[in-house]
This record gives sequence, C-alpha cells and structure tokens, in this order.
Amino acid sequence: MRARPALALTAATALTALATLAACGGSGDDGAETATLTVFAAASLTEAFTEIGDRFEAEHDGVTVEFNFAASSDLAAQITEGAPADVFASADQKHMDKVIETGAAADPRPFALNQLVIAVPEGNPDGVTALPDLAGLDFAACAPEVPCGAAAQTAVDASGADLTPVTYEADVKSTLQKLTLGEVDAALVYRTDAIAAQDEVDAVEFPESATAVNTYPIAALADAPEPDLAAAFTAYVLGDDAWTVLETAGFQRP
Amino acid sequence: MPAKRTRQRRRVPAALLAPAVVGLAFLILPLAGLLARAPWTELPARLAEPAMLDALRLSLVTATLATALSLLFGVPIAWLLARGDFPGRSLLRALVTVPLVLPPVVGGVALLLVFGRSGLIGSWLHERFDVTIPFSTTAVVLAMTFVSMPFLIVAVEGALRGADVRFEEAAATLGAGRWTVFTRVTLPMIAPGVLAGAVLCWARALGEFGATITFAGNFPGRTQTMPLAVYLALQSDLEAAIVLSLILLAVSVAVLASLRERWTTVA
Amino acid sequence: MSAPIAHGLDAHLVVDRGAFRLDLRLQVAPGETVALLGPNGAGKTTALRALAGLEDLTDGHIALDGAVLDRPRGGGRWVPPEHRRIGVVFQDYLLFPHLSAVDNVAFGPRRRGLGRAEARALAADWLGRVGLGDFGKRRPGQLSGGQAQRVALARALAAEPALLLLDEPLAALDARTRLDTRVELHRHLAGLAGPAVLVTHDPVDALMLADRLVVVEEGRAVQEGDGESVTARPRTDYIARLVGLNLYRGTASGRTVRLASGAVLATSEALEGDSFAAFPPSAVALFRSEPDGSPRNTWRAVVAGVHRHGDHLRVRLDGPIRAAADVTPAAAAQLGLEPGQEVWAAVKAAEIRAYPA
Repeated sequence: MRARPALALTAATALTALATLAACGGSGDDGAETATLTVFAAASLTEAFTEIGDRFEAEHDGVTVEFNFAASSDLAAQITEGAPADVFASADQKHMDKVIETGAAADPRPFALNQLVIAVPEGNPDGVTALPDLAGLDFAACAPEVPCGAAAQTAVDASGADLTPVTYEADVKSTLQKLTLGEVDAALVYRTDAIAAQDEVDAVEFPESATAVNTYPIAALADAPEPDLAAAFTAYVLGDDAWTVLETAGFQRP
Repeated sequence: MPAKRTRQRRRVPAALLAPAVVGLAFLILPLAGLLARAPWTELPARLAEPAMLDALRLSLVTATLATALSLLFGVPIAWLLARGDFPGRSLLRALVTVPLVLPPVVGGVALLLVFGRSGLIGSWLHERFDVTIPFSTTAVVLAMTFVSMPFLIVAVEGALRGADVRFEEAAATLGAGRWTVFTRVTLPMIAPGVLAGAVLCWARALGEFGATITFAGNFPGRTQTMPLAVYLALQSDLEAAIVLSLILLAVSVAVLASLRERWTTVA
Repeated sequence: MSAPIAHGLDAHLVVDRGAFRLDLRLQVAPGETVALLGPNGAGKTTALRALAGLEDLTDGHIALDGAVLDRPRGGGRWVPPEHRRIGVVFQDYLLFPHLSAVDNVAFGPRRRGLGRAEARALAADWLGRVGLGDFGKRRPGQLSGGQAQRVALARALAAEPALLLLDEPLAALDARTRLDTRVELHRHLAGLAGPAVLVTHDPVDALMLADRLVVVEEGRAVQEGDGESVTARPRTDYIARLVGLNLYRGTASGRTVRLASGAVLATSEALEGDSFAAFPPSAVALFRSEPDGSPRNTWRAVVAGVHRHGDHLRVRLDGPIRAAADVTPAAAAQLGLEPGQEVWAAVKAAEIRAYPA
C-alpha cells in the first residue's frame, strides 16, 4: 500500500506534464492584436515559404505565420483527419484534389511550377547532357507514389529510354541526399532542390521534363481558424512580391 | 482456506492495476484504430498482389538474417560486457547502445558514411572488389542488424549477469574447457534470455524503416521491405497502407506465437 | 621448498586478499580423507577453491601425485581446473539444471572423450552405485535434496578424479536425510583410492567422515590430528565449544595450572610450562554454600545465564573461572538458579585434563 501515493504522484506528474505539452502545441495568443496563421506546405517549399512568411509578417502587424513542412501526402492526410490549419500549399494537384474531395478546401489556385532536372555532382564528371545518358549510371529517383516520382516516371517514359534507378526514394530531399553522399552518379530531382544544393550539385535541364511539369496549388481551408488571414496569405503568395522569392528558388510562373 | 490464501496472494494491487490498464489501453488502442479503418473487402486482393508478397518475403528473410547475424556477433559481445575484465568496459557498454538512441535515419546515414560507395570501408570494397553495398539486400540486412543487435546484446548480457558463474566452475572441474563450458553449460542456461533477445531483435528488425530506406534505398523486390512499402503506400492510399500494416502485424504475431509454442513444449 | 611427495596431495595454500590471508599446509595420503573443520569465514572454502583451481594461489604450491598444479613463484606454474582431475562436490551441488541426472553424471566422462552412449552407460552405472538407478531421466529440479547430493557425488566420481573435494556436502540437507546420506557418503569415501578433502563446520560430519581433522581458524591450521585427539585435547575456544569442553590456558607447575586471571586449577597430571586445562560442563558441581571434603577445585561464581541443553540445564558462570556447568532440572530447582545469583562451583582434580600448549 505504501507504493500507492508514490505511484499516483508519478502518474499525476506525468499527466500534468503531458497536458502542459499539449497546451504548448496549440496557438496560445488570443489577444486582439495578435494572430497566428498556420500554413501546411509541401517540403519542397521550405526555403521559399519561410522567406515569404517573413515578408508577410512584416506587412501584417501582430501576425505570426507558422509552417508545417512535410510531404504533400502526409499534409493531405493530416488535413483530412482534422488537423487545425489555415492554408494548404501542395506540391501537386493530386493531393490538393484529395483535400477538396473531403470538402476541407475549395478553389485551389496554381502559384508555381516546378520541373525535373538531372542533378549531377559538381563539374558533371560523367558528362550527362540528356536523359538517355543515365543508362549505365547509378541514379536515384523518387518513388512513383510521391509527386516527384510520378513526374520522373512520366519523363522517362517520354524519353523512350530504358532506365531504372537503383532506388526509389520516399521524397525528393532523400533522393538528392543520395547524390550528395556520393552513393549515386545522378538524381532526378526538382529544379528548386538542385538550385538549393547548387554548392554541391549541378543541374542538367532535359527536354522531357516538360512532359511532367508539376503545378503547385494553394488554397485556404474551409475550417481555417483564421479565415481572413488565410485568404490574405493565399493572395500574397499569388502576388508579385512572393513571386520574386519563388523565382529565385527556381520555380516557374504558371 | 489454503485455496483462498493463494487467491489472496495472486490478487493484483489496485495501485498497479490502474496504471496497467491505462497503459494497456494506450498500447492497444492504436491497433484497434487500424482495425477499425481497415477496408476488409480489399484484403484478399491485396494479399494476392505480387509486390506485396515480395515485400513480405523480403522482410521475413532479411529480419531473420539480421537476427542470425545479431546472434553470431551479439552473444560474444554480451559475453565480453558481462564477463570481460578490461578497462573501458562501461564505455563500451554505452557505445553498444548508441543505435538504440540514434534516430534510425541518422543510423542509415552513418552506415552510408562507412559502407557507402565513398564511405570509409565502402570505397575500398568498391575499388578493390567492385562491391557496392548500398541499394542491395545486403544493405537491408546490415541496416536491420545495426538497429536491432543492441536489443539482443542487452537481453543476453542481462541473462549472463543473472546466470550463476559457479555452474561454469563446476563444469570446469569436470574437465570442460572454456569453449565447452560456454556451449554446454552457459548457453543452455541462458537460453531463455537469448531467445527473448532474439525475439526482440527480430521484431525490431521487421519494423525497421529509417535506417533501411536511408542506407538501402527503396527498390521493389530488392530492398523494399514491408515498412517501406507501407510508408510509400501511405503517400497515395491510406487504406492500402493500413492493409499492409495489418498483414505485417498478423504474420509477425503468428511467427512469434508459433515460436513460443514450440519452445515451451520443447523445454 | 622440498620436492613434493610422490603420492597423494601435497599443498601449501597461500591466498592473500588484503584483510584476509589463508596460509595452510596440507598433506593427504591416497585413500585418506581429511576434514577441514572451522567456523564460517575461516578460509576453508577458499582452500578448497584454490585446490580445484578456481582461485589462484598468491604463494605456496599444490602438487598432486608428484605433479605441480599451482606454484606462483619459482618458475611459476598453473594448471587450469579442467586439466587438474580434481572432482568437487559443491555445497549446493550445482547440478546443471538443463541436463537430466544421467547427463549430469555423464558430463565428466564425455569431456574425457567417451562417446555419448558409453558416457551414458557409465553414468547410469554410477547412479546405480549411489542408489539412484531409476532416477536418471529426472531433471535436478525433480530430485530431493538427498538425491541431488548423491547425483553430485556420482558426477564428481564418474570423472575419475585423482583428488576428491567436498564442500559442506551435507549442510543443505534436513536432519533425517543427513543421517542416511552421511552413512552413504562414508561408504564411498572409504572405498576411494585417492585422497579426499572435506570442508565442514559440523564436527559430527568431520568426525564421522574423515580420518584426520585439520582445524582452520582465520586462515591458519590451529590444530591437527585424528578425531579423538582433537576432541579430547582442544587447543582453541572454537573446538572446545564444538566438543563441549571448558578450556583454559595457563602456566603449569606440577599438578596445578595457574590461569591468567590468577585462579589456580588443580589437575591430575604433572606438567610444567605453558599448558591447556580442560573439563566438561558435566564435571562441574554447584552448591549454595562452600562445599568441603575430597580434594577438588572450588570457587565462588555468579550465574550469568541458564538455558536448556538436551535433557539438562546449562549454566553459564562468571567469576575467576568462567565456565559452563550442566545440572539436572531438579538440582537447578533445588538451588533456585537465576542470573545474578552467587553459587559455589566445584570440579574434581581427576576430571581436569591438562596438556602442553
């Protein structure tokens, strides 16, 4: 019986700690002047949207923009399962459509395009100039289940070359990582990712990538806790100010 | 009266029962969640998919190989940690558990830095023997062994520490050399601990994801194990992912249960 | 160091462990059983472990049938336990729990290179010899204490040891089993061709099983001899207590021994110099007032305690001569004995044995 108070105490402490953690997770500021906007954005938008968020905050006093960067598929699943978000920026139409199907969003607007490039080590030691040059090389691509993989498949099919990567990576970042770690000779990644890693890799453009242009749609969510801010942010992303940021990152205009 | 007393002794104290029930609910409810969302009608079709069967077979084979490797190298390590008398033993013990703490993805990167094409050992293997480990089934087994062997080591070391050394002394006085003592006395006596460790190790290897996808990549039939297949299915089709998870769960539970059955009847 | 004797055990066991030091010379002839008798912590088990090779000597030597097994100095030599051919019956037997009785016994023969079937047949034979022919298939957990003890003995003997060591072989048994097992064990020890060393803290085991006793206290042999001489002429308080004697040390002069306390005991034997004097508690008579008559030792004493001891009462006496006295319950009642009471104690000179220290 002596164990009971100690045990109960431990349990109480643990539960209190959990509750505190949970409270920290929610948006704490309810003041009239301040508001927090939660944006779920595709992982490939990390650098660009962080910059855009800063600029948006600078133009809107008391507004904090919080991002959840992850694979579009994960984000779509989180949103349909009821995660509290204001804006969804997807890396492809497919996952945006999933969210729209459930009624969680409407009226998506394309704000950027992204194309595949062949990323090669700096200096292009294997002299890759086109997709068929990948034959005989070890190269990495995204898995067909994720947008960059679907795009890669389309492009490879269009080239008519018989190409098989050594690995189908789960996302574009790990595809590029295999190249930067020296495990593959080339990687099919988005132009934006290759540009972000331009210290280590060179990007080789290839014509077939035009067959698999990825459109990035953005939409304010139906259940947004901050509907006005959500609309404002969506409009801002579509505007010229945001475009300069996106262009620097390697995106193309729709 | 005696019967009543036994029952009295077996009764679980309320202070233990309450947290146990809460804890169990916490462990079991997510499984219930999966079961509730599972599209049962799709199950037969999924089971017949060759890709799924490939992934399942690859998972079972690689997890078993990883367990075998862990036994081969982990039991001697456990022996060193439990019985060895050398400086730096506690540091070594801490190092052995590093893979438990290390995020598996980091473990995968670390393996690439060693066994990768331009890694410490990998570059030599690549140049001398034209052997490339990443993106191969070997890499899957290595990744699994890396993350799961500590489980085996910790369990076996515990068993060795609990084993009475005097039985080994008795065997020595009967003419058994050190190797014979180990195989004929020590190992049989700690067999339950070794088995528990191997089961933990196998289960961990079967569920291994992060180190595998990082080090071995993802290629159907070669390196795409069930957890990788589940993760990728999750990108496009939540329900397919649930079905795959349930199949993996069912198979592993069936294997472990039959193993336990066999062991308890033999022993 | 002289050359080791060619037959049997010749050992000088020195084990230094800081606070504790074992320094024991031991020679056991083939066919002889020697008991190391002593209190807990005296170093008996350490001595046994050193003989078996489970503990290293700091100094000294162990030689068996002329071959050196351990000698840390002078060239240094150490034979590992598995090559010593020394069988051990451990205190709690240490039967391998994962092996049946017959496989436990067959363990030694197997290590000597016998095939599985041969070793099993030999083991079954040994189990038969210790009266457990029908118990071969049982696991140690399914054996009683006495049965396990006999399996342990069979296991040690089946390995055909050149020296047999027994560590408190009967200590884990209940009184009834102990009696039977002791008789059985004695039979096997008597039939043994080689030397045997038995460790025990029980004088009855030592007396009944061994040909010779070595009393060990604080790592040293304090007395050595056959059962009779050790029990009749104890040289330490430990042995005196074990065999139930009052023991004193003093200086003898003719038929008297002067104790350190100044008291003088009259004895029956003439002796000179440093001596022991001993008498049994039953030799002490208690009186209310000073007795007179035949030449005996009388002194005033204070009752320090009374407790039951067998069918009589043992009285502890304080005074110039501290002693234990045995009286009948009737006598005790008559004397009205209780702690603190003053009595007169008397012992006949003929009852006091004196011998040189």
